Amino acid sequence: MIHITSTDRYRITRWRVVMTNILSLAAGLVVISFIFMIAGVNPLFAISEIFQGSFGSVYGFKETVTKAIPLILIGAGLTLAFRAKFWNIGAEGQLLMGAIFATWTGLTFGDTLPSWGIIPLMFAAGFLGGALWGIIPAILKIRYAINEVISTLMLNYICAHILTMLIVGPWKGGTRFGFPGTDTLPEAAILSVIPGSRIHYVTLILALACAAILTMIIYWTRFGYEARVVGENPEAGKYAGIDFLKTTLILMAISGGLAGMAGVGEVAGIHQYLGYPDSMSSGYGFTAIIVAWLAKLNPLYTVISGLFFAGILVGGDAIQISLGLPAATVNIVNGTLLIFLIMGDYFLNHKISITFSTP
Amino acid sequence: MEEIIISTLQRTLVAGTPLLLATTGEIICERSGILNLGVEGVMALGAVTAFIVTMTTGSPWLGVLAALIAGMVISIIHAVASVTLQANQVVSGLALTMLGLGLSGMVGKSYVGKPLTIKMEDVTIPFLSDIPFIGKAVFSQSPFFFLAVALALGAWFLLERTRLGIQIRSTGENPKATETQGVNVFLIRYLSVIIGGGFSALAGAHLSISYSKSWIEGMTAGRGWIAIALTIFALWNPGRAIWAAFLFGGIFVVQYLMQPLGISPNFLAMLPYIATLLILLLISLKDPRKLNAPAMLSTPYKRGER
Repeated sequence: MIHITSTDRYRITRWRVVMTNILSLAAGLVVISFIFMIAGVNPLFAISEIFQGSFGSVYGFKETVTKAIPLILIGAGLTLAFRAKFWNIGAEGQLLMGAIFATWTGLTFGDTLPSWGIIPLMFAAGFLGGALWGIIPAILKIRYAINEVISTLMLNYICAHILTMLIVGPWKGGTRFGFPGTDTLPEAAILSVIPGSRIHYVTLILALACAAILTMIIYWTRFGYEARVVGENPEAGKYAGIDFLKTTLILMAISGGLAGMAGVGEVAGIHQYLGYPDSMSSGYGFTAIIVAWLAKLNPLYTVISGLFFAGILVGGDAIQISLGLPAATVNIVNGTLLIFLIMGDYFLNHKISITFSTP
Repeated sequence: MEEIIISTLQRTLVAGTPLLLATTGEIICERSGILNLGVEGVMALGAVTAFIVTMTTGSPWLGVLAALIAGMVISIIHAVASVTLQANQVVSGLALTMLGLGLSGMVGKSYVGKPLTIKMEDVTIPFLSDIPFIGKAVFSQSPFFFLAVALALGAWFLLERTRLGIQIRSTGENPKATETQGVNVFLIRYLSVIIGGGFSALAGAHLSISYSKSWIEGMTAGRGWIAIALTIFALWNPGRAIWAAFLFGGIFVVQYLMQPLGISPNFLAMLPYIATLLILLLISLKDPRKLNAPAMLSTPYKRGER
């Protein structure tokens, strides 16, 4: 007879956390290999192409850093929301709202203000846009008990349609030859990049700074403590007199605001004009959920996990071209890795022992 | 005028059918205490499976069967994660959605934009379909419509009137007490998640082989998420889900009716999502104790814990 028993593990070392994460990712890659095999693609070749394409060359690595910028910004913000068990699935919409606000600011003041004036203004506007779009579900949840997963998702769709409405209608640029999209942003409103790459370093520095500051907020401030209590022990929080509405509003303003800033980076650093929602963000809002989860909800670690998943996005693009796989392949990789990460948590928190005995 | 009323009603029922299927499935699943946010992904997988099988075999019913199986099989992932491994159900469901959308995109790549020539014959119920106005709209419909309504009524009967239904409901309310009665809580939850997944896949099958007769990535367009909202709006009652789903089907149709009025099509496309927020707002005005939400929804059950 085989007996499998599972007992709770109380002391979890950092070493064990890292090893569990690595093993989970490895197990996920094995399953992804099987999926590739069924699809008629050599899995070893495909997976090595993914990592070759993203970390194996200078060009690839530059692209990986470029895509890590929004992932770190959004992922760091999501760690705060997820700690309070506020499931913000709406980062995609918050990113777009940030891009909308920044584009308006850039097109309106870009010709009159110098770079050092307009760029901070655009980031502030983007933060504001993302924050406003983020506090709507916060109010809906605390005041009206509306499930935030659904409200944030619905707001994603609504924001994408608002953006499309703007770029085919009032904001349609005269220089686009009738195609949807705004005019290109004025010179002063465009973020400069590290030469020979697309890395808009201002946003990169902002992302790293935000991840560091957020870590301090979560672990060292009263607000960070309150946010954790709201998530882990709401009953105790009510008893202790924590203002749930205020705490949730602030944390969603931050979470949404950071996503909004990611939107500024995309529009002012990469595209230089506002176009269709699908081209403005390649699903960063959703990938960032896994980034936050792999970072074990610690904003500082999103720098590492953000780079890793940016690598998968870049490598995914590479195998799309070289192996003719559809764009959705990245979703398979992401979904599978996320499933294995959360399954791995069980083995982190439980000790499994298997014993054999004769009946 | 009569033409417009009949065609509007008919299209409303067609648009509401996938919502009803998915909502019914989610109700069964959530009643057992498991939140499944994978509906959107499973729906997409169901859509692509049904489409490919129908196209290659020539039989829509084989397509439906294949979708059902695919939906049930992929849902096992969520069951393992959320029931056995006590994982966070929100994240697990999201992962399932990503996986479902990814797999359907990969499998269906070479089928994008191909039209389906095989038709599913409409079912016409004699006598009833002769009723003026509503008769033709309601009683001469695609088989999916009748299937959806029958399954919703069946689910209502299952949950409210059978022994298994009581076990599902009490598993969602108080799993520990249920287990002491000799019910296998894990088994009930596995069963509910898998059945729910099958329903979502049926909804997808309707979209690809009956509603639009084609496959394209992203064709589910958030219907899976709307179904999760409708589950709340229906107060976890499959009987109410029928009205909720067809009310929403109406909102999808209103888009097309209003297009000639010169309103921006992008604004009209927003309507279902705005309406989803509005109905949740409406339901929140109700006394939360009367909402009927399963007490242990999205709380993992740990065996042997005191």
